Amino acid sequence: MSETMHSAVDTGVANAAQIGMRLAGPAVDTTHGPILYLEGITVSFDGFRALDDLSLTIEDGELRCIIGPNGAGKTTMMDVITGKTRPDAGTAFFGQTIDLSTLTEAEIAHAGIGRKFQKPTVFEQHSVFENLELAMKTDKRVRGTLSARFSSTDLDRIAETLALIQLGNSADRAAGLLSHGQKQWLEIGMLLMQEPRLLLLDEPVAGMTDDETMRTAELCQTLAGRHSVIVVEHDMDFIAKIARKVTVLHEGSVLAEGPMDVVQADPRVIEVYLGR
Amino acid sequence: MNATIPLRLRTALNAPVHPVLTRRGWIAFIVAAYVLFVLVPSAHLLLPANHPMHLSEYFVTLTGKIMCYAIVALAMDLIWGYAGILSLGHGLFFALGGYAMGMYLMRSIGGEGVYHSDLPDFMVFLDWKTYPWYWSFTDHFAYAAALVVLVPGVLAFVFGYFAFRSRIKGVYFSIITQALTYAFMLLFFRNDTGFGGNNGFTDFKRILGFPITAPSTRVALFAATGVAMLGALVLCRWIVQSKVGRVLTAIRDAESRVMFIGYNPLYYKLAVWTLSAVLCGIAGALYVPQVGIINPGEMSPANSIEIAIWVAVGGRGSLVGAILGAFLVNGAKSWFTQAFPEFWLFFLGLIFIVVTLFLPRGVVGLFSRKRS
Amino acid sequence: MLMRALSMRRAVAAVILALTTLLPCLAARAMSPELIHELAFGENDAKIKALGALVAADDPKALPLLQALVDGEVQTAGNRQVLLVKGDNATDAVTGAVVAPLPESRDDVVINNRVRREIAGAIAALKLAAPDRAVRLAGVKALQGGADEDMLPAVKHALAKESDAEIRGLLELTRATIQLGSSDRATRIAAIRALAVSNDVSTKTLLLVVLGKKGDAWAEPDGDIRAEAEKSLRSVEGRLSTGEMVGRVFSGLSLGSVLLLAALGLAITYGLMGVINMAHGELIMVGAYATYFVQNLFRSYAPAAFDWYLVAALPAAFAASALIGMVMERTVIRFLYGRPLETLLATWGISLILIQAVRTLFGAQNVQVENPVWMSGGITVFANSVLPYSRIVIIGFAAAVLTMVWLLLTRTRLGLFVRGVTQNRQMAAALGVPTSRVDTFAFGLGSGIAGLAGCALSQLGNVGPDLGQSYIVDSFMVVVLGGVGQLAGTVYAGLGLGIANKFLEAWSGVVLAKIAVLVFIIVFIQKRPQGLFALKGRMAEG
Repeated sequence: MSETMHSAVDTGVANAAQIGMRLAGPAVDTTHGPILYLEGITVSFDGFRALDDLSLTIEDGELRCIIGPNGAGKTTMMDVITGKTRPDAGTAFFGQTIDLSTLTEAEIAHAGIGRKFQKPTVFEQHSVFENLELAMKTDKRVRGTLSARFSSTDLDRIAETLALIQLGNSADRAAGLLSHGQKQWLEIGMLLMQEPRLLLLDEPVAGMTDDETMRTAELCQTLAGRHSVIVVEHDMDFIAKIARKVTVLHEGSVLAEGPMDVVQADPRVIEVYLGR
Repeated sequence: MNATIPLRLRTALNAPVHPVLTRRGWIAFIVAAYVLFVLVPSAHLLLPANHPMHLSEYFVTLTGKIMCYAIVALAMDLIWGYAGILSLGHGLFFALGGYAMGMYLMRSIGGEGVYHSDLPDFMVFLDWKTYPWYWSFTDHFAYAAALVVLVPGVLAFVFGYFAFRSRIKGVYFSIITQALTYAFMLLFFRNDTGFGGNNGFTDFKRILGFPITAPSTRVALFAATGVAMLGALVLCRWIVQSKVGRVLTAIRDAESRVMFIGYNPLYYKLAVWTLSAVLCGIAGALYVPQVGIINPGEMSPANSIEIAIWVAVGGRGSLVGAILGAFLVNGAKSWFTQAFPEFWLFFLGLIFIVVTLFLPRGVVGLFSRKRS
Repeated sequence: MLMRALSMRRAVAAVILALTTLLPCLAARAMSPELIHELAFGENDAKIKALGALVAADDPKALPLLQALVDGEVQTAGNRQVLLVKGDNATDAVTGAVVAPLPESRDDVVINNRVRREIAGAIAALKLAAPDRAVRLAGVKALQGGADEDMLPAVKHALAKESDAEIRGLLELTRATIQLGSSDRATRIAAIRALAVSNDVSTKTLLLVVLGKKGDAWAEPDGDIRAEAEKSLRSVEGRLSTGEMVGRVFSGLSLGSVLLLAALGLAITYGLMGVINMAHGELIMVGAYATYFVQNLFRSYAPAAFDWYLVAALPAAFAASALIGMVMERTVIRFLYGRPLETLLATWGISLILIQAVRTLFGAQNVQVENPVWMSGGITVFANSVLPYSRIVIIGFAAAVLTMVWLLLTRTRLGLFVRGVTQNRQMAAALGVPTSRVDTFAFGLGSGIAGLAGCALSQLGNVGPDLGQSYIVDSFMVVVLGGVGQLAGTVYAGLGLGIANKFLEAWSGVVLAKIAVLVFIIVFIQKRPQGLFALKGRMAEG
C-alpha cells in the first residue's frame, strides 16, 4: 500500500518537474494498467434508471468507443465520471487511488480528466487565443490566476495547439464567430491545453464536414497512447475508422464489448441498435 | 506532434498585453484627478460666492454624493457586467457601510444632542442606559473604518459562500439577495435593533474633530470620495484586465465549461462578490457624512434595483460606463425631482424599459458602435 | 346555597339587589329632594334605605353626591338645605345652584363605617349600571383590586345586564375573585368549579393565584381546593390553548391563502413561462384599485345594490390586470424571452410606471374599500378567537381560484397549449400551436389572477399605490420555495409560509417572524435550489 502511495507521489513530483512551473494535480496511479474503473454505477432520475449497475474499465492509453441508442446512458456516464452527477450506487475511480465521487468538477478536471460536451461549448465572447489560455494547465486558483503571466513555454504550447486544430489564423477572432466544426476543434484544443490523462469526447464529429471528420479521426488516433480517450459517437463510419475496442450501452448497462466487427455481429446488439 | 507544426506559427504569437489603463486612459485619469482634487475644491473654497465660476455647496454635495453612487455602480458592474451575477442586495452593503460610519459619527456628537446625554438621542428616547455591546469601540475612527469594510465583507462572504456553493444563479440569486436586503431593512426599522429605527442616524456634528458642515470638511470629504472612486476604478480595471477578469467573463458565458477546465467558479465568484460588497460599504461610509443622514430606507429593494439601472444605462462590462451611468441617472434624478417631481418615476421606469430593450450595451455601447 | 350564605351576612346588600331588580319604576324618583334629605339628615338605617333607593334608580347623577359624602364634602345648613362644599364654594345638592355667601352655621354630615361601606358599594353599583361604557369600564376596573363580598350582588346584577364583552369579562373575573376570597370552603370550591367552564385568559391568572405560594406557604392552605383549582386550571388552559391554536392556524391559513392568491399568478408567469415579472405586485395593486373604482360606482349609482358590488368588482379586477399584463407582454416582455435578468429590470420599470400612474390618478393616499355587510363580523369560536367572515370568504375564494386555475391548465385547450409551449416551444410551433398568442394569453391569465388577488386584498386592508411592493418579495418567495413550474408546490409553500409566519409571530413578534421566515427560505434554497417539488435530473437541467 505504502509502496503504491510512494510511487504515486514520486510520479507526481516527476510530472511537476517535467512541466516546469505548472502545478500537477493529484497523481494518477495507473500501475495496475487501467486508468478508469466504473463499478456497479447506478443513477436514477425520478424512478427512471439512467445507469443500471454499469461497470466499465478503461486501460491507460486506450482509445475506447462507446455507442448505444438514445437514452442508453452515455451522457449520464460522462456526467458521473466528470462529477456533474453523483451516482446513487457504485464506485468510480480514476487510477487506483482517486475516488471521483468525492471530488468537484473542477478538482476532477485538475486531476486530469477533460471533457468535450455534446454541444460545443467554448467561450464565445473570448478570442480563440483566450479560450486556449484559460484552458491551459496551470494554477487555477484565484490568487495564482490574478498574477498570471505568460511564459514563453505557455506561448509555445498555445501556438502548438493552434496549429494542431488549424485555427492559427483565427487566434484573435471571437470564438463565437467560428463555424460549428471549428468550435468543435477549438473545444478539443482546449481539452489538449489541459494536458489531461483521460479525454471524454461526446459526439466530437457532430456537425462536421467529411473532411473535418476525417481529420478528427486522425487526431483521435494520435491522441491515443499518450492520453486515454473515450469517444461517444453516433456516426458509425467515424467509429469504424478509429475503433479498436467498442462498448455498447443499452438501458444503462453494458450490452456488449469487443472489437468493432465482433460487436457488430453480436445478435443482441443488432436487435437493440444496429438492426432495424 | 511537434513535427507537424509549422515553425512560423510558433513565432507569430506574442504575449498579449492587458494594460490596466491605456495611454489615453491614463491621460483621462489624470485630468479627472486634477478636476476633482484641484479645480472643484478651489472653485468652491477660493472663489467668492458671486463669482461666475464659483461652485455652490449644493453642487459639491451633490457631486460628492453621486461619486459615492459611482463607486457602488463600479462594484455592481464588476459583479454583474463581468461575472454575470445580478445582485439586488448592493443597497444593503452600501447601507451597512453607512451605518458603520454613522455609529462613529453618532458617538462624535458627544453630549450635544437634544438630551445632552452621552448616548445618542434615540437611545435616550428608548430609555437605554448604556450602549449595546455592538456599539463598543465605535467611538474610535479606525475601528469604525474597519467595520465599514468588515461588516459588508463578512456578510457578503458568508452569504455568497453558501449561495454559490449551492450553485444558486441567475434570477434565483437576484431574488434571494433581494429577500436578504428586505429582511435587513425590516430588522433596521425596529427600534430595538439599536440603530435608531426608521429615523436612523442624523444630526452629526463633527468627523475626526472637524465640524462636519464646514466648507473645508466638505471639500475634504469630496476629495476623499474622489480618491476612492478613482482608486476603485483602477482596482476594478486591474482585476478585469487580469486573467481573473477573463475567467469571470467565462463564468458569465459558460460556467460549466469553466468548471470542466479546472477552475472552481465558487472562489472566483466569492472573491469578486466580497470585493464588490466591500466597495459598496466604503461608498456608504463616504456617503453618510456628506449627506448627513442614514436610515433603513437605503436598504429598500427599490434602491438596490436602481443601482443596476445606473450600470445598464452607462453600459455593462465597461467600468467607465458604470460611473457614467451613475452620473447620468442621478443627475437626471436631482433635476427631475426639483422640476417635475411627479414625473420622475415615469421617467425612471421608462429608462428601465428603453435601456433593456434598445440599449443593451448602454451609452458607452452607443459611442463605441459609432466609432467602429 | 351560595345565595343564602350571602344574604345572611349582608342582608342590606340583598335589599339593594331586590330593589334593583324589582323596582325599576323608582327611576322616576331619582335624586328626589326627599332622598337627598334622608341621606343628609336621616339616621343610619334611613340613610342605607335611601342609598338602596338611589341605586335602584340607576341614576348616575347621584354619583357626585355619594362621592362627596365619602370625601366629607357634604354639609347641612338649617333644617332643609344640603350643601356640597368644596373649599369656599358651595352648591345646593338639590337644585344645583351656587350658594354664596356660605351660610354661617353648617354641620358636617357624619357617616359611620357601616354607612361608608354602603356608600362605596352604591358608588360602584351605580358606576356598573351607568349607560356610558367608559364609566362602566372604569367602575369595574376600580373593583379589580379591592372588591369584597359586599359588591357581589351589584356585580351579579350588572352581569345580568351587561352586553359588552370586555366589561363582562372583567365582571366575571370580579365575581370569581370575590367568591374565591370567600371564607366558606364550599363557596370557594363552587367558585373554582364554576371557573372551570370559563374560556377567558383572565380566569387562568386567577386560578394561578390560588395555586401560587405566598413566601413558603401555599396561598390556599386547603389541599382539596388546590386540587380543584388545578383541575379547573387544566380545563381552562386546555380550552384556551385550543382556542389559541385554532386562532393561530386560522390566521395562518388566512395569510397563507393571501400569499397563495398573490403567488398563483406568479406560478403561471414565472413558474410556467419563466418570465420574471417584478410588476406582479403592481398588478395586484391594480386589481385592488379596480375594486375601489367599482365600489365607488356602486356607491354613486346603485347604492341599493352596494352589498353586491364585489360581484362586479371581481371581473373588473381580473380584466384590468389581465389587460395591462397582455399589453406588457406584447410591448416589452416578448422581446426579452430567454433574458431573465433583463426581464427583471424592464418589468421593474413597468412597476414604477404603474405606481406613479395610480398616484397620479387616485392620489398618493390610501383609499378606503369597504367590506359588504355580509362580510363583516365573524364567528366566535372561543372567547379568545374570533374568525372574521371576510377572512373565511377569502380562504374559500383562494381555494376557488386555485381550482379554476388547475382546471384551466389541465382540462382546457389553452392549458394544453401553455404546457406544450413551455415544454418545447419549437415543437409546439411546428404542431401549429400559435405560440406567441399563447404567450400573451398565458401572461394575461397570470396577470388577471394577480388582479383577483388584489380584489381579495382590498377586503382585508388598506389599498394604496405601494400595496404591491409589500407582496412582491413574499410572492416570489412562495414560488421559489414551492419550486418552479409546480402548482402543488406553490400551494404548499403559500399555506406553509402563512402558517409558519403566524406561529413565529406569536413567539417572536411580527418583524422577527418575517425575518426568520426569510432567513429560513434563504437557508432552504441552499439545500434544495429547485424548491420543494422540483423536477430532478435531466429535464430540470434543460
